[in-house]
Amino acid sequence: MCTIVPISLTVGANRIIPTIAIPHPLGNPDLSIEEERKLRMSLVKRALAALQTNVTEQTVFKEE
Amino acid sequence: MEKIRVVHYINQFFAQIGAEDKAHVPPEIKQGVIGPGILLQKLLGDSAEVVATVFCGDNYYAEKSDVVSEEIVNMIAAYKPDIFIAGPAFNAGRYGIACSTACLSVAKKLSIPVVTGMFKENPGVEIGRGLYIIETANSAAKMKDALTAMVGLALKLVNDEEIGTPEEEGYLPRGVRENYFAEKIGAVRAVDMLLRKLAEEPYETEYPLPSFDRVPASPPIIDLKDRMIAVVTSGGIVPKGNPDRIESSSASKFGEYSLAGLDKLTSAGHETAHGGYDPVYANEDPNRVLPIDVLRQLEQEGVIGKLHELYYATVGNGTSVANAKKYGEDIAARLKEAAVSAVILTST
Repeated sequence: MCTIVPISLTVGANRIIPTIAIPHPLGNPDLSIEEERKLRMSLVKRALAALQTNVTEQTVFKEE
Repeated sequence: MEKIRVVHYINQFFAQIGAEDKAHVPPEIKQGVIGPGILLQKLLGDSAEVVATVFCGDNYYAEKSDVVSEEIVNMIAAYKPDIFIAGPAFNAGRYGIACSTACLSVAKKLSIPVVTGMFKENPGVEIGRGLYIIETANSAAKMKDALTAMVGLALKLVNDEEIGTPEEEGYLPRGVRENYFAEKIGAVRAVDMLLRKLAEEPYETEYPLPSFDRVPASPPIIDLKDRMIAVVTSGGIVPKGNPDRIESSSASKFGEYSLAGLDKLTSAGHETAHGGYDPVYANEDPNRVLPIDVLRQLEQEGVIGKLHELYYATVGNGTSVANAKKYGEDIAARLKEAAVSAVILTST
C-alpha cells in the first residue's frame, strides 16, 4: 500500500494498492474521524481483496 | 554570440523554502539562480546563463506529477531555454522522480536537451531511463562534482558535440546500444573474458544483466477467515520514544514490536521515527500509516482469522536497497516461522 505507485513498480511489488498521500497513506486529516476510518477500512479491504486475487504480473488495484 | 539560455529545476529544500513541512508547495518560477544554481552558473561560465529557476515541493510533485509537469513546461517555455538542467537529486527519492519526470516532459514538449543527476539507486533512475542522468554520490556533499559533470555534458549536448560513452561522460547507461567494428570477433572476446574470469582477473561484461529484483507473485490466499495477517511498514511507526533508536534516515535496522492488547494505535503509545515526511499526521494518529484499528475490527468481525501479534517497522528514508533487502529477508523468515499467511506492507 503506497502513494507513489511508480516506486512500488520499480522495486518489484506484485500487488499494489494506491493510497492517499505520502504523510498519511491510510488516512485523510481533512475528513471527520468517522469518514477517515471508513476510508481506511475501504483501503484495507481492497488490500485483502488483492491478497485473494490471482496475479501473474505486477498489478495495481485501483478503485473500482 | 548570444548566451546559451539555461533553466534549472530544484526542489523546495534546495530552493530554501523549507524541508518536509514545505514539501506540499506548488511549482513556482523565478528569474535567475537560486541555491545550487549559484554554483551551476559559476561552472557554466560566460557562454551560458541560468535565466530562470523553477522549484516545487517534492510531495506536491509526486502526488500530482501529470499536472505539475505540464505546468512546469508552460512556465519554462516563457523563458525560451536552450537546455533544461534538473537537480542533482543525489539519493532523495521523490526529488529524483521529480527531476526525471520534469526532464521527460520538457524534452518531449519543448524538444530541447535535458540533463539531470542522481545516485544510481535513486528510483528516479528507472523512471528516467533513456535520459542523460549523471551518476552522483548519495549525498549533497558532492554537489560540485555532480554539477561539474552535469555542466560538461549539458554544454556538449547544447553545442551538438559528440557524446562519449557512459564511462567517459559519467552518465548512467541509457540502455542505448551503438554499433562499432571490434578488432576481435565475439568468440575470441568471450573466451578471453572466460580466461580472465578463471584467473580471477578483472573483466568487463559486454552485456550486463539487469539488476531488478523480481519475484514471482505469490498465489492468492484462500479462506481469509482462517488466516493470520501481519503488517510491516517502512513508514517508521515505532513505540513512543523509539526504543530501538531507528535512525530517521538511512536506517541501520528494523524493529519488531508487539501489538498484544492494542485495539488501535494512539498518539500516546506510538509515533513515527521517519525523517523523510512531515510527521504531524502520523504522530496525531499512527493508524494513518499502520492501520491497526481497522485490522482489529476485521479480526473481531471474523473477516480475517487473526492479526499477527508482532509488527515490523523500519524507516525507508534514504535506506540503501541492499540494507532494505537484508531487512526484508530477515522479517520474511520470522513471519514464516510464525505461520503468517499474508502481509500488508505500508509505505509513506
